[in-house]
Amino acid sequence: MAEVVFDHVTRIYPGNDKPSVDDLNLDIKDGEFLVLVGPSGCGKSTTLRMLAGLEEVNKGRILIGGKDVTTMQPKDRDIAMVFQNYALYPHMTVADNMGFALKIAGTPKDEIRKRVEKAAEILDLTEYLDRKPKALSGGQRQRVAMGRAIVREPKVFLMDEPLSNLDAKLRVQTRTQIAALQRQLGVTTLYVTHDQTEALTMGDRIAVIKLGILQQVGAPTELYDRPANVFVAGFIGSPSMNINTHPVINGQAKIGEDTIDLPREAVAKLTAEDNGQIIVGFRPEDADLAVADDPNAFSLKVVNVEDLGSDGYIYGNIITDGSAAEASTMMSDQNKLTTVRVNPRALPKIGDTVKIKIDPTKMHLFAPSTELRLN
Amino acid sequence: MAAGPFLLRCVRFAWEAAARPTSVGELAPVPVTLEAMELTDLPQMDPRVLKATSVKADPTAPATAEPQALKITAASSNPKMFTLPWEKPLATWPDELLANLPRGISRHVVRFVHVGDSVYAMKEITRNVAEREYELLRRLEKLELPTVEPIAVVTGRHTREGEPLEAILVTRHLKFSLPYRALFARNLRPDTAERLIDALAVLMVRLHLAGFYWGDVSLSNVLFLRDADAFSAFLVDAETGDLHVSLSEGQREYDIDLARTNIIGELMDLSSGALLPSEVDEVEVGNRLVERYHSLWSALTDVDSFSPDEMWKIEKRVNRLNELGFDVDELEMNTTPDGNRVLVRPRVVDAGYASRKLLRLTGLDVQENQAKRLLNDLDAYRASTWRQGEDLEIVATDWMREVFEPTVRMIPAEYRSQIEPAQFFHEVLTHRWFLAEQAGHDVPMVEAVESYIASVLPKYKLDASVMAAINADADSGVIDDERTFDTNTYGNGVFDADGRPAHLRADDDDDYNPDDDPDAAVWSH
Repeated sequence: MAEVVFDHVTRIYPGNDKPSVDDLNLDIKDGEFLVLVGPSGCGKSTTLRMLAGLEEVNKGRILIGGKDVTTMQPKDRDIAMVFQNYALYPHMTVADNMGFALKIAGTPKDEIRKRVEKAAEILDLTEYLDRKPKALSGGQRQRVAMGRAIVREPKVFLMDEPLSNLDAKLRVQTRTQIAALQRQLGVTTLYVTHDQTEALTMGDRIAVIKLGILQQVGAPTELYDRPANVFVAGFIGSPSMNINTHPVINGQAKIGEDTIDLPREAVAKLTAEDNGQIIVGFRPEDADLAVADDPNAFSLKVVNVEDLGSDGYIYGNIITDGSAAEASTMMSDQNKLTTVRVNPRALPKIGDTVKIKIDPTKMHLFAPSTELRLN
Repeated sequence: MAAGPFLLRCVRFAWEAAARPTSVGELAPVPVTLEAMELTDLPQMDPRVLKATSVKADPTAPATAEPQALKITAASSNPKMFTLPWEKPLATWPDELLANLPRGISRHVVRFVHVGDSVYAMKEITRNVAEREYELLRRLEKLELPTVEPIAVVTGRHTREGEPLEAILVTRHLKFSLPYRALFARNLRPDTAERLIDALAVLMVRLHLAGFYWGDVSLSNVLFLRDADAFSAFLVDAETGDLHVSLSEGQREYDIDLARTNIIGELMDLSSGALLPSEVDEVEVGNRLVERYHSLWSALTDVDSFSPDEMWKIEKRVNRLNELGFDVDELEMNTTPDGNRVLVRPRVVDAGYASRKLLRLTGLDVQENQAKRLLNDLDAYRASTWRQGEDLEIVATDWMREVFEPTVRMIPAEYRSQIEPAQFFHEVLTHRWFLAEQAGHDVPMVEAVESYIASVLPKYKLDASVMAAINADADSGVIDDERTFDTNTYGNGVFDADGRPAHLRADDDDDYNPDDDPDAAVWSH
């Protein structure tokens, strides 16, 4: 059993006022592939390095398999940092390239052979165990390097942006391979990335972190379907969610000249600090074109359209009346344009004004004061 | 002695007070560190580090951030840089541009390229990694640490057909340096491995004192320069590194542990290739690194405790550090509250004690042990010419003109790119000593030089087949070059029901023939 537990873990760098990781509570279940994702400087690498023993923990504890490792040296933690540019040794066979670290550690020969053969089978390298790296293709060489980490059979794999030094093609292939390998091996894995696509495609669960504070942990679909706050809503998903702040009038969101219905329970949760406003988010695929007199839709001035064959996208500006109260605040990263996925056979033209209706069951509502989810 | 604690900081104990520090290592008791490469707004960081470069690697930048047109950010204004075939994959650059020098093992395509009068090392890697490494090397360079010199990052490369190519990191080839594999390709002394390890331990300690966490220490990521009877090590690969204000014990220990594993692996590999003298025990050599590192770290950072009437021990400590090649730039002395003990530890130490002294006297910029040897010869010259009373600076000028320069002018032209003048001088002195011992009397310098050139110097030449073998080895670990694998057999990431890559059934490469391999392009150069 190798469950990993971060128990109220805090890391403050001397000279800094704010913690880089603040009171982190996170459990990685035995055998789980957990992806820690967040923007640059959010504390995700610091978190991984604390687990590796490279960073000191100022407060709290870290447990691996029930054992407190908070002050333990890296080499005593039984963890493997994967993909640190493993070199391949030209005169050694594939088997020796994979198993030499076990030899150094004094592992008996037959045990080394057993583990190497097992890893080779998983990596489809069995046929090549007696070859030298020169007789392998690039992808096979890459897998020999993976084998070096696998044969150690550590309690935990740590991967810090392991794909960043691969070119685009190899990155996509390796991404799939790592995820499949991890499932076969069943070794608890903490994987750090800034790339939400990697997170969504690879993790059993994703932990989103921002400015040292854990925002939400959950399965990829959970985070996608029910983001806990505005940050997660904007960070997870590509193209990202449309997020705007609107005034609430008579229980409805006022969008320009139009109004759209809001669920009563969500509106009831707004407080005085929210100043009569609400944050409305919807994903590009959760809205559609509506008829001109639809009472529950808003107007969008189309500035760009894309026809991808299978999908069409329209990009536009929400039409407001120009008053300060109605100036929408765009919180996602799409150049302030609202994105809607539509039927590519019925694309409007650039310059058109169209009506957009959001699927009420897929609407994401947040309180402006706390940025927390309301529905 | 006054009662109660006091603190005294002595600035520069060693006598050459005017010299600039070559490395700064604040030995703060509390590890201070920061997220990788986010160095701005950090008052603790050395200002030289903060202003090192305009390149800011952004790992979160999307692929679309790649410049559409060729972009060269260079620390050198060599106009020939623009005339290179950037539109071609590095592995296909024409032979006439390449310098045939031995390369180390790398996962990426690396070539040495003639650019005007210089030789640059080019490494093809992703844009973000290239920018990050360039940025780090610039910062290490500003801290005057022993690393290769970054020259440029080249991004926005495209083929003539408009296909994007990976970025290239350009560094200056460190003249006279060799990868460890080239050193083992020659008939060398059995203690070569140990001498390389000693140099690596010094490099690691210097980098750690400056707050550099390496993340991938190995002999492959280092270049070696001969330094009298020892070697000096230079960092060449900073891909996995991070610069911090200071390192935690965990970071240092991780580097040491990984270094040990990698070194043993590298030596086992040499042993598999019958390139390692049989008496060398790989594990013992790996353990030597750990031991050497700790002993040097402790000499540089430990707190000494002694009674107030033993102040001469401070001088002893400083002398010991000088012998190890370090200056004490700042020393901290505290008394215990009862006033009975004095606690002393160096706060800032600089490497290059002897080399700075020699530089000041002669203008020669050489490695530390070479400098010691040259300074010794200078002392001997001064004694033999009865000039002990004269200023050392004046004697040094004459020694340069009468002894050093005439000797190194005798280096045959064909060896001028193979051996450093100071190393030549050192080896001639050693050779002269042996000749004198054999003959039973002193041997004139000219005679010693001629004999050395005839009998010893030829070992410096790497023959063409050895060079080809080294470079073939270097390329056999390349993983990310288009020509190193056939995309048709590599597949598209589809996995079968067992979770195996569907395209990688065991029979795929059964009839593998290296001669038909597209990879051949990579290792045939």
